[in-house]
Amino acid sequence: MPTKHIGQPYDRSDARDKVLGRATYTAEHLVPDLLHGHVISSKIACGRITHLNTDHALKIPGVIAVLSHKTDFKTARFDLSYKDMDSPPGSPFRPFSTPEVKFAMQPIALVVAESTELARYAARLVEVTYEVDPHNTDLMGSLSESKAGKGLRAGVESPSNRGDFRAAYNKSEVQTSSDYLHPSQHHNPMEMHASIVHYHDEKSLTIYDKTQGVKNSQHYVTMAFGLRKKNVRVLSPFVGGAFGSGLRPQYQLFLATLAALELKRSVKVQLTRPQMFSFGHRPKTHQTVSLGASRDGKINAIFHHAVGETSRFEDYIENVATWAAKLYDAENVEQQYRIVPLDTYTPLDMRAPGGASGLYALECAMDELATELKMDPLDLRLKNYSEEDPSAGKPFSSKALKECFAQGSTRFGWDSRHQRTDTPYGKHRGSGMATGIWDALQFPTRAAATLASDLKLEIRIATADIGTGTYTIMKQIAAEELGLPTESVDAKLGDTDFPFAFIQGGSATAASVGSAVRKACRKVQKQLLKEAGKMKNSPFQHADIDDVVFEDGLLKRKDDPQMQTSLKQIFADRDIDQIDKKCTWTPNLLKQRKYSMNTHSAVFVEVEVDADVGFVSVERVVVAVAAGRILNPKTARSQILGGVVWGISMALHEESYMDNSLGRFINHDFANYHIPVNADIKDIEVIFVEEDDTVVNPLGVKGLGEIGLVGVPAAVANAVFDATGKRVRELPITPDKLFAEP
Amino acid sequence: MRPFKYNRPLDLATASNAGTSGSFIAGGTNLLDLMKCDVEQPSQLVDLNHLGLGSISETADGGLELGALATNTTTAYHPIVQERYPILSRAILAGASPQLRNKATNGGNLLQRTRCPYFFDTDSPCNKRVPGSGCPAKEGYSKLHAILGASDSCIATHPSDMCVALRALDATIRVSGPHGERRIEFADFHRLPGDQPEIETSLEKGEVITAILLPADGFADNFAYFKVRERASYAFALVSVAAVARLEGNQLKEGRVALGGVAAKPWRDLEAESLLCDQPCNAETFGNFADALLQSAKTYPGNRFKVPMARAAIVRALSEATHLNQL
Ligand SMILES: Cc1cc2nc3c(=O)[nH]c(=O)nc-3n(C[C@H](O)[C@H](O)[C@H](O)COP(=O)(O)OP(=O)(O)OC[C@H]3O[C@@H](n4cnc5c(N)ncnc54)[C@H](O)[C@@H]3O)c2cc1C
Ligand code: SF4
Repeated sequence: MPTKHIGQPYDRSDARDKVLGRATYTAEHLVPDLLHGHVISSKIACGRITHLNTDHALKIPGVIAVLSHKTDFKTARFDLSYKDMDSPPGSPFRPFSTPEVKFAMQPIALVVAESTELARYAARLVEVTYEVDPHNTDLMGSLSESKAGKGLRAGVESPSNRGDFRAAYNKSEVQTSSDYLHPSQHHNPMEMHASIVHYHDEKSLTIYDKTQGVKNSQHYVTMAFGLRKKNVRVLSPFVGGAFGSGLRPQYQLFLATLAALELKRSVKVQLTRPQMFSFGHRPKTHQTVSLGASRDGKINAIFHHAVGETSRFEDYIENVATWAAKLYDAENVEQQYRIVPLDTYTPLDMRAPGGASGLYALECAMDELATELKMDPLDLRLKNYSEEDPSAGKPFSSKALKECFAQGSTRFGWDSRHQRTDTPYGKHRGSGMATGIWDALQFPTRAAATLASDLKLEIRIATADIGTGTYTIMKQIAAEELGLPTESVDAKLGDTDFPFAFIQGGSATAASVGSAVRKACRKVQKQLLKEAGKMKNSPFQHADIDDVVFEDGLLKRKDDPQMQTSLKQIFADRDIDQIDKKCTWTPNLLKQRKYSMNTHSAVFVEVEVDADVGFVSVERVVVAVAAGRILNPKTARSQILGGVVWGISMALHEESYMDNSLGRFINHDFANYHIPVNADIKDIEVIFVEEDDTVVNPLGVKGLGEIGLVGVPAAVANAVFDATGKRVRELPITPDKLFAEP
Repeated sequence: MRPFKYNRPLDLATASNAGTSGSFIAGGTNLLDLMKCDVEQPSQLVDLNHLGLGSISETADGGLELGALATNTTTAYHPIVQERYPILSRAILAGASPQLRNKATNGGNLLQRTRCPYFFDTDSPCNKRVPGSGCPAKEGYSKLHAILGASDSCIATHPSDMCVALRALDATIRVSGPHGERRIEFADFHRLPGDQPEIETSLEKGEVITAILLPADGFADNFAYFKVRERASYAFALVSVAAVARLEGNQLKEGRVALGGVAAKPWRDLEAESLLCDQPCNAETFGNFADALLQSAKTYPGNRFKVPMARAAIVRALSEATHLNQL
């Protein structure tokens, strides 16, 4: 329920700065005497460098150095020193450590020059010869070589099984089984990855890095280069999108640091758009979903098997095949996720990693079953609705999915969807729906708050705002707690000098950072109350924190609001300049252990298909989201809109095309890597079904970064089927696929 | 980017001369991209923007002359183009984005290079970029690639929308070079790849396109430009069709169809077009024509879909041009 600041549709507090170009992004920071590095990317996918001739490049005036595996430099020896907060099990890639090439576009040299143009030009003059080994980048040709991934990683769980799928499936009255495929995709935030390393001396650096977690970058750099944390400050106050690409420190950070330390100069390295296709991506994944049900639509057997790609050096796994067991109450469930090591870079969490992929297949399979049963797809979902989480044997902390179905379908007009008659000539309309689910994660987070005597409040946390609205909600929560206007609150983030926060991912930030802000502010409250109690004739002498409220810059007694004092007065009377508080917030694991915590969504989509040529247009999306309490309906809606656009993009547009004979992603620019343009995005309606959840955290917040996306690709694919009668089981559903010869 | 000299001539003769050892630049929307990718490496840029070639005017024979340096936007929104040559306006506006069209010129549009991704990626083989290095598109990414008139050495397409309409209108191109002025029929302007895919047009070194000449008949009553692409805007054509027709009642007297996205040049088949002569306007006529036109199509693993798609698009465009759906 909205209160004074929480739940109010505040504008994004950094919006004006962004629009006016005053928000400084990583590559824009001005550092004196800066050198510029340009990365040379490997032409081959597998093999080794035999010669690297830099003579021509170094002859150009203004070119300072060319660094490569031939450079004699010292970094840490063991893999452990290269691990970051999001590393999968394995040996992290170390640039320039050997002449070996493990993937196409691997960084093999860095040209450093006085300007970026010079560096780029000189890079063309470096001659590289290779010894080429055969490569394999073909997932579909290698499915039989799949293996189980070893080890785990934050947020990744093992697929669970129950009952006996095979036996139950064989006995089922109705059986459906289909294979689904989606391609690799790259995050491609608008802002290219960049790092500026401001060199102070061989031990101390200030680094601007495009990252989703400054502490992660700091950890990586200090470990890899043997530096001390107190001497390496990493800043990233504004991030031009990331979607997961900044969850791991990318190689430009390593290279810029290496160059700065080697050359004893400040260095900037910014990747090009094609190079944005040279590191982590959503893995291409092949999935099989089989469902066994009775004639009346009760599902008793679910099989969800996924095989995704990984690199030769790390076992990247994600939660692709874990959702069916949570969403549906079938008694027999078999889920499995396997990986195939290929000669590519390690995949990397990309918005709703695993969920976007897994729910695409699962929710299309549900639609196929509904078709087979001649049952309304929504009824099928209701019939198999899990009230509790059968995969964990625990209740959900809250699950308003039924309400999402109800509100979403009403708003969409689901029941009258086939009564339309106004479809233009040659076009077919169709509707589809799907369910979305995502985790309500949270991580321990620290925060600092400083309240000055003029009632300016500053909140500091080393978290990130990758465009999600973190700054804005930090201010709202702090303002709410201390009864101040949001304009009095300054939120600061993206700086390792601030207290610890985990990388911004997994939709965990609003809940974790928000809770830490609240806790820090509560500490300030207590101090204020204590000081007020010491004032002359204070009505607050023996007051408990629960007996008072902070409102409009005043401290008031709840039982008698006339008994009040202004906060300013407290500072004046007590002769204090400011109050400083720090805190560590940790999720209440004791309480949480008894529950499964998830967000849910119901997605309804209407498409129009130009059947002559296979062109799909998403005319209308209604998405109802249950994600706890909504801190700010405006920024929340933006998150969901963005998620829906991503879902449409995944369904219809995005594909990193791997040319298996060259072993390269070949469409590595925005002319050929398609995302929707404005004209592709029409009506999107977002409904929030608020949940009162006291388990997740005291704020009741679950996180919205990913729930807007999951569910959408399947709903679009299902609508395309409804419109055309064609099941395209391979994303993206581009015109060529609707034309594919049988 | 490699260093280059910049030259801004003020008359055609100087420009032509300079052009023999450099590259012309007009809007730069294609050339600069290719220079950044290191695909084009001119040592000198010769800027054509100061030669007074930007006007659009009516010609003595009742046609229209489009200055080579007039922008795509100016051309598409020119009142005479909109009124008498709506298909040209439609085709231009189906391409690129407003920002690009504001900068892109008519001459540059004719000479824009293929969008084959291997051509742009200097770490991939490509016969057009490095003759003899191979053509990975044939077995690889070939959605945007040719099904007509291609060769074993290259299956790239010409990506322009504007040119498809110009081909249907039978435009003529006026060029001026070191040896004076000449005119080139649109049909002869772009070349098929053969075994020299690096040579794309019949322009000689140093020749500047000065204008595009449109004949008097713009088929304003019976035209269609139909573009199939992967998103609603800002994507190159998988297949595009410019269709114009002359009707007498429900009888088709003449029909012309140019295809984009299927060959190294806007594709027309005059022999097949005879099937549109003195025929009833119906789906069967259009389908027969499409089948004849596509008879010699040759596909690759990544672009088999283009034949049925082109067929559907042709029937659709002709139906629209002849108002068949409203008949
Ligand atoms: C992202 C993107 C999307 C696009 N989408 C489309 C699309 O959907 N459809 C479409 O049709 N086009 C599309 N375009 C291409 C655009 O139309 C061309 O880039 C533009 O028309 C080129 O014109 P220009 O004046 O900028 O040419 P420039 O880049 O200046 O020149 C291109 C070439 O023509 C030569 N040249 C230019 N003028 C002359 C002249 N008068 N005489 C002799 N030589 C000359 C130059 O030397 C150069 O080789 C797209 C471009 C981009 C970047
Ligand atoms: S189709 Fe032509 S441009 Fe493309 S790779 Fe082959 S030769 Fe090069």
